[in-house]
Amino acid sequence: MAFDYATWLRPEMMPHIWCPGCGIGIVLKSLVRSMDACGWDQDTIGFVSGIGCTSRAPGYVDMNTLHTTHGRALTFATGLKMAKPSSNVVVMAGDGDSAAIGGNHLIHACRRNIDITLIIVNNEIYGMTGGQFSPTTPTGSRAATAPYGNIDPGFDLCNLTIAAGATYVARGHVGNGVFLERLIKGALQHKGFSVVEVMSNCHTQFGRRNKHPDPSELVTFIASNAVALSQWNKLTDEEKEGKYPIGVLHKVANRPEYCESYHRMSEHAQQRVRDAARKIAEAESMKPKTEPAGGHQIED
Amino acid sequence: MSGNTNGRVFWAGNEIIAEAALRAGCNFYGGYPITPSSEIAAHLSLRLPQVGGAFIQMEDEIAAMGAVIGAALGGAKALTATSGPGFSLKQENIGYAVMSETPCVIVNVQRGGPSTGLPTAPAQSDIMQARWGTHGDHSIICLTPLYPREVYSETVRAFHLSEMYRTPVIIMIDEIIGHTTESFAVPSDSELAPIQPRSWYEKHAAQNSWRPFHDFYQGKHIHITGLSHTQKGFATTQPEVVHASLMHLVNKIEDDQPKIELNEEYMLDDAEIAVVSFGSPGRAARAAIDQARKQGIKVGSFRLLTFWPFPTARVRKLVDDVKAVIVPEMNMGMLRGEVERAAMRRDVQLVGVNRMGGVPIEPQEILDAIMEVKRGL
Ligand SMILES: Cc1ncc(C[n+]2csc(CCOP(=O)(O)OP(=O)(O)O)c2C)c(N)n1
Ligand code: SF4
Repeated sequence: MAFDYATWLRPEMMPHIWCPGCGIGIVLKSLVRSMDACGWDQDTIGFVSGIGCTSRAPGYVDMNTLHTTHGRALTFATGLKMAKPSSNVVVMAGDGDSAAIGGNHLIHACRRNIDITLIIVNNEIYGMTGGQFSPTTPTGSRAATAPYGNIDPGFDLCNLTIAAGATYVARGHVGNGVFLERLIKGALQHKGFSVVEVMSNCHTQFGRRNKHPDPSELVTFIASNAVALSQWNKLTDEEKEGKYPIGVLHKVANRPEYCESYHRMSEHAQQRVRDAARKIAEAESMKPKTEPAGGHQIED
Repeated sequence: MSGNTNGRVFWAGNEIIAEAALRAGCNFYGGYPITPSSEIAAHLSLRLPQVGGAFIQMEDEIAAMGAVIGAALGGAKALTATSGPGFSLKQENIGYAVMSETPCVIVNVQRGGPSTGLPTAPAQSDIMQARWGTHGDHSIICLTPLYPREVYSETVRAFHLSEMYRTPVIIMIDEIIGHTTESFAVPSDSELAPIQPRSWYEKHAAQNSWRPFHDFYQGKHIHITGLSHTQKGFATTQPEVVHASLMHLVNKIEDDQPKIELNEEYMLDDAEIAVVSFGSPGRAARAAIDQARKQGIKVGSFRLLTFWPFPTARVRKLVDDVKAVIVPEMNMGMLRGEVERAAMRRDVQLVGVNRMGGVPIEPQEILDAIMEVKRGL
């Protein structure tokens, strides 16, 4: 049966703002298909983003959607998830959004292992603001603020999030939507903080400055640099240059999820209150009858 | 110690805010430690788990403010508290709460600034930041309680106002109020603003909510954005719609200013000199007035419990009724400037008593100002 996109989209919000050929649409498509495959009810989903081209995604899909401030999506998502732990909270953000201005929140969300899925659309540039370099722009690439070539070294976002404590980390790219869907579905089903980094094309801002102005050519180029994880370790350091491993890079089940830890602590605190109340009641019942009951408030 | 006791208690200001918030139904706190506000977080880290609410210490104040808004959109009554630099960090997301009409309460236990300033000492120099700290046209509700019972009831009212007007409400106290421990009788329900679930406020939505009223997970599939938006909640750049939405954000609060306004007036009936204050200096003002009255000087006190929206009409009337106004405050004249604006060039003597060194204003300083003004009348 053909996938029913109409139920997942807000057709009245079309046309979208993205450039023709932009990879963000492929990521969003993979995301809603994965949500559907997980059997998620749209009303249980809180879909949160920051600011950027990528972060415009929530406006176009029919669920509870939250377009926040630049870099802060994970903080809003954390509050939302804590307020409603039974909900399915998903965040989508660009590389600048999640790793530059939002870098601090990124590592702390990983550390807490809160049950949120983060999808990073890594187009290696600030798309929305006109092609300034981001923390993932390759050294030597040109950007609106790197006319002589970028001197900044970049982050490997998967290594970063694994080190910070995320319990599911995967990487895919927009050249293979079916594979991407599988990675995202795994992330959505994972209990704990999950990250899917999606290598994507911004031909408009990155490509034009770096000899890849055509979207399909740039997608093909991005896809050609992907190496299956099983093959990755067979490569020499020189062979790894400019390439990246794809697949589920990290998945562990041995760390407690944050909302569950909180819930256990809260149960414990409530039990202590009940125990204390019982002890007071017992002490009261031991008192001689002549004394007035319940004198533990301060009287004036 | 229950938040619902009607007996007397012996609590510090910060503890009062925490307990009053629980009384108001607060079930989410997100914060980041900073003196002199930290006790609010510590107290709620103990109490919220006991009542099934959520407490989280975030990685910074920006994150704390984001978490508060996220929680509020998830249906929670959410609180954060901070001081000094932390209040600066929260500003962008306070603006987001204004724009997205997300009810929440922010406490600023003021300390000396700018920058790290005087971490452990009181000041009142963030009162303009509460109004203008975040960018863009907007209005804000800002409460300035002083006495313990007021801190309690105004905290409860802050939650009510935030729900009513779909806006962040800022409670501005200072280090003295936050750390002063006093005995007081906890107000009964009838002495407090309504304590109601969010759904109770839906009847005011047509007036006070530009975007759809609902929260997440209520079957409405709402969209929330900090971009200028239509009444459906979706981004727009249409000039008339943007203009109307901004007028709404401001007018829903400014038009209702008389309903929000709360002041304490003391011995003003026959006064020819008025001492106008907010927060801690209000105590010194009353002591000074009592002494001046013993010497036959006709002086009274006007103390603001709602600083924003500013009680312009009432202050203008006050200025008409007296010959001189003395404004004691722990900053360089922020309230005095507002009084001057409200007075609109009326011929009144306006005298500031300003102290910025992190020590309270003494009654004697205000008394000296009263005596000097009196001599010139
Ligand atoms: C506090 C703040 N600083 C800067 C901006 C301007 N800004 C908007 S989007 C953006 C970067 C977008 O790049 P990225 O996050 O990589 O997303 P993309 O547009 O490439 O999807 C910036 C710097 C902002 N909106 N808010
Ligand atoms: S600027 Fe780049 S990231 Fe933004 S929509 Fe266009 S192609 Fe996509």
